[in-house]
Amino acid sequence: MKEQFTLSIYTENLIGILHRVTTIFTRRHINIESITASESEVKDIHRYTIVVSSTEDKIKKIVKQIEKQVDVFKAFYHKNDGIVYQEMALYKMPTKLLSQTKEVEYIVRKHHARLLAVEPDFTIIEKTGFKEETQELFEQLKPHGILEFVRSGRISISKPMKEFQEYFTEVEEASRM
Amino acid sequence: MEEVATKSQKTKAKTTMSGAAALVNCLIREGVETLFGYPGGAIMPVYDALFDQKDKIKHIMTRHEQGATHAAQGFARVSGKVGVCLATSGPGATNLITGLADAQLDSTPMVCITGQVPGKMIGSDAFQETDIVSISMAVTKWNIQVTKAKDIPNAVAKAFFIARSGKPGPVLVDITKDAQFEVADFEEYETCDQIRSYVPNPKLSEKALDDAAKLINSAKKPLILFGHGVLLSNAKKEFQEFVEKTGIPAAWTIMGLSALPTSHPLNVGMLGMHGNYAPNILTNECDVLIAVGMRFDDRVTGDVSRYAKQAKVIHLEIDPAEINKNVEADVPVLGNCKESLAALLNKVNKKKHDEWLTRFKELNAQEEEKVIKNELNPQADEPMSMGEVIKHISNISRGNAIIVTDVGQHQMVAQRYYKYANWKSNVTSGGLGTMGFALPAAIGAKFAAPHRQVIAVIGDGGFQMTIQELGVIFETKVDVKILLLNNEFLGMVRQWQDMFFEKRYSSVDMVNPDFQMIAKGYGIASEKVTEREKLEDSIHRFLNHEGSYLLEVMVGKENNIFPMIPTGASVSEIRLE
Ligand SMILES: Cc1ncc(C[n+]2csc(CCOP(=O)(O)OP(=O)(O)O)c2C)c(N)n1
Repeated sequence: MKEQFTLSIYTENLIGILHRVTTIFTRRHINIESITASESEVKDIHRYTIVVSSTEDKIKKIVKQIEKQVDVFKAFYHKNDGIVYQEMALYKMPTKLLSQTKEVEYIVRKHHARLLAVEPDFTIIEKTGFKEETQELFEQLKPHGILEFVRSGRISISKPMKEFQEYFTEVEEASRM
Repeated sequence: MEEVATKSQKTKAKTTMSGAAALVNCLIREGVETLFGYPGGAIMPVYDALFDQKDKIKHIMTRHEQGATHAAQGFARVSGKVGVCLATSGPGATNLITGLADAQLDSTPMVCITGQVPGKMIGSDAFQETDIVSISMAVTKWNIQVTKAKDIPNAVAKAFFIARSGKPGPVLVDITKDAQFEVADFEEYETCDQIRSYVPNPKLSEKALDDAAKLINSAKKPLILFGHGVLLSNAKKEFQEFVEKTGIPAAWTIMGLSALPTSHPLNVGMLGMHGNYAPNILTNECDVLIAVGMRFDDRVTGDVSRYAKQAKVIHLEIDPAEINKNVEADVPVLGNCKESLAALLNKVNKKKHDEWLTRFKELNAQEEEKVIKNELNPQADEPMSMGEVIKHISNISRGNAIIVTDVGQHQMVAQRYYKYANWKSNVTSGGLGTMGFALPAAIGAKFAAPHRQVIAVIGDGGFQMTIQELGVIFETKVDVKILLLNNEFLGMVRQWQDMFFEKRYSSVDMVNPDFQMIAKGYGIASEKVTEREKLEDSIHRFLNHEGSYLLEVMVGKENNIFPMIPTGASVSEIRLE
């Protein structure tokens, strides 16, 4: 059965690794739903968060193939109940809309969104949350005229307590043998 | 402390030279004595540096970069060392792709060095610029682009370490032309033996070994399948001892062939599509399947959903990604085969499985009757068969040669019927099935083992894919024997059209040139045999000739290779006719 999985992948900070990782999905015909890359808690080690829908069996194989890459330290996968995750969305609206009616302001408050920037001709609204939440805000703002909309990839933190630093030490020790 | 510091500073004397000269030094320090390549604009500084080191490092110019990769592969397979290739940017680099893919699938240690346009021109669609790092990503174990001279030694050290360690594979190092020219200070070269994110040798698990031993010791009908991992890990002694102590019949994948002599009483033959009847049928009857350094390729397993379902599977494998990839392992034993086998040897009981072996003998007898007898001894009025040619070659060379095969019917026949007496004596393109592999690979194999007989077995189709490499034989006088089994067809494809496409022969007829004239053009002695009476004599001449020789044998045009597991069928549905 297909489900949503979030992969966390720890790599060296080198050119081309992201390409190596993404081609592993391409080969198995798995569409990447979202992807983010950033530096991790360990200096010089990068972390990719990739969201895909597939079967657990396929994901297990993919995780091993990702880990097989020389410059990848460790790859993990989690189902949605094993992680805490968030996305962020930005909405650009004409500023005059906000000053003309109270409606938009009301929606923004109701959704616990915030105004990120207010310029004479446009206003940027920011909302973090699950995709369903940012989507719902989108649906409600849409009739009022959204000029631009963007949603980030998912970022997530797994629930298990073991820190990556421990894995990192394990891998480093094993690499010396 | 202070003293140590000054001492290490002293030994780290710096030498000033160009990136290209530094590269050649690195290669020499890695023990490279022979490399294969083809020059061009973006790699010229390296060729210039090679000119200075001619006495230390021998460059073999192939006639096509693909040939260089296969030669390096043949060299690596026989020597166990890393094969090295050199090519220019653009078309030179793209010509390496087939060989890289072949080496990737067959886990062959190889380092390819390509020239690249100068750093400041990268991305501008410059003359002969291709993004070879992106192009080769899917077919290399690792690759890197170097744009500064000072980074060359590090990249080369990592490349060699990655290529040969763990599950070996091909690595590509792309060096910009300006980095080759750039003069810098270089410290003494240091090889690499560790990369912090990379675990080439998984630690053996005592528990896994115990579980495996328990299963092996209680098995009534066990079967060993052995692959390339046995050869790659140099487990010659450990493997043979393991087979002999446990008394378990052992069958090979084409990549594992020659890890155990063909005539060994426990060697029960070849697995897979054109393998032997008994090991295929009995894969679906055994109770414990012990896979040693093999990866359950679909050509071996047939339909995996009906593969060895009754058996407990033990998988000795170095690469975690191979575990449960195609076949679920009940007991995965992660680690280098040589180490796992050595550890298992102490835990398994000495045993015999005579009754079980009788099952193999019974099925063998059926295959002998239906297939082998006629393949090796055709009726007098029948055309010559590939099998009988290989039989004579095997007898006359006493199974001592290194057999390098191309891809097709002749490949299956050579591997089925040559009686390999020696370790590491089979060089073939297994995973990728690359036609055109054999001629250059045989050249590489001969450079790696100049004192051994090297015989390339090739079809009339595949010969013409890399036939230009005869030029290397012509130029270097390398003593490669070429056995051309000419059926005037793309035989293997014709067989499929015969069996599965109602004999609609579409583009498989070979309109061949006069191969004798071609050999003559390259100054290579040759002869063509069309009659059975002359076959044995000509094989004697062929094998005893001093220097390279082309023996072309006209064989039956429409012979099919059996047994066969049709695609999609199960191993137990293997057909004898
Ligand atoms: C580069 C490449 N192209 C196509 C094929 C598909 N193919 C597999 S076997 C074969 C026929 C080989 O014919 P030949 O070399 O004459 O050998 P034979 O089978 O007759 O022994 C072909 C075309 C291949 N394996 N490799």
